[in-house]
Amino acid sequence: MALRMWASSTANALRVSCAAKSSLSPAFCLSRCFSTVLDGLKYASSHEWVKHEGAVATIGITDHAQDHLGEVVFVELPEPGGSVSKGGSFGAVESVKATSDVNSPISGEIVEVNTKLSEAPGLINSSPYENGWMIKVKPSSPSELESLMGPKEYTKFCEEEDAAH
Amino acid sequence: MSTISQARSIGLPLMNIVRFKGAPILHQLYLEEQLLRTSSENWCVINDGTNIPTIVMGISGKPSELLEVRSVLQDQVPVVRRFSGGGTVIVDHGTLFVTFICNKNAVPGVQPYPQPIMSWSSTLYNEVFQGIGHFHLRENDYVFGNRKFGGNAQSITKNRWVHHTSFLWDYEARNMAYLKLPMRTPKYRLARDHEEFVCRMKDFLSREAFIDRTLKAVGTQFSVRPIQSEASSVPHDATFQHSTTMLTKQELEAALPSQSETYELQRF
Repeated sequence: MALRMWASSTANALRVSCAAKSSLSPAFCLSRCFSTVLDGLKYASSHEWVKHEGAVATIGITDHAQDHLGEVVFVELPEPGGSVSKGGSFGAVESVKATSDVNSPISGEIVEVNTKLSEAPGLINSSPYENGWMIKVKPSSPSELESLMGPKEYTKFCEEEDAAH
Repeated sequence: MSTISQARSIGLPLMNIVRFKGAPILHQLYLEEQLLRTSSENWCVINDGTNIPTIVMGISGKPSELLEVRSVLQDQVPVVRRFSGGGTVIVDHGTLFVTFICNKNAVPGVQPYPQPIMSWSSTLYNEVFQGIGHFHLRENDYVFGNRKFGGNAQSITKNRWVHHTSFLWDYEARNMAYLKLPMRTPKYRLARDHEEFVCRMKDFLSREAFIDRTLKAVGTQFSVRPIQSEASSVPHDATFQHSTTMLTKQELEAALPSQSETYELQRF
């Protein structure tokens, strides 16, 4: 089992207690990046996550991303029935003064969209891996998942990215 | 360019500079989004005033919450919803615009997130306003002392970002009456009304001095290349799908309070 080290900030302590109650098992967190990375998910270099369960893949943005963006005040999402392409933008989040594109880690057909985010965009901050999910997709090329990062690789990626700046 | 300045600019990333005077704000925003999404170069767009007083909301702006819609309709003030985040402004010939559109690796040490970009921009403007008016970045605004004169907004994609600023070189106090007090205000505003919260940049320096100082500051970090606005390298693709929109009369009318809401308001 991976070593579990939790960041010391109060905000992260709150996120830890939420994650502990969930069905997802927290993997580990590097104290340097102060973000949670979960086991069982795959990650894109643009800081989105994918959870593949059977015929459907759920997509959202990572804890690292929401932490760097700040308070999310508005989420722009596509309609179900549309399609997404790997690496392409499917929506945006607005945090205070900025809109930021959200990109799909995989290609496929959008089968469901999280409509709760229109009334509660802050779910992306408080629960980025669970209640803050953004879209569900039927993958058209499941092999695309293999090129994404696992939790250890993504954690290292975050650490290197933060250290470089 | 002198030999010394040529030597200094070697190795610096290139920044294309496009200057306008009085360009319509809608056209400026169209150009900026197109440069963000279709160019791979760095751009600085400067627009010295805009020709028609226009209200500009952020991407999620709701007219019913942000505007005195009846007055806006009555006076036929154009309303634009821009592609970037942030709040609502009313811009006119007294507003100066400076926009940076950059590759994420163009500025060393700046991650493509709101706060690092804002922080970088404030260091650039620290140079511009060196010795003038106790300039600093306060939350997300540019202030002299504790009075705002510059507002910022951003749009960030996977590999590029836009940071644009509208500077209040001058403004008409009566135009502010079209805007409601927003629900989200910076903490440092306290309870100040508009006249007490903002100030005019013209009380501190001239338009020409501001633009010259800005170009000089840009030149310390980039190798500057002036581009004519009509040049072919400046995109004018009529097929590009813009996110920025001009609100229609119907959309604004739909934002008017209903008859029953108006009655309820009048009762109190």
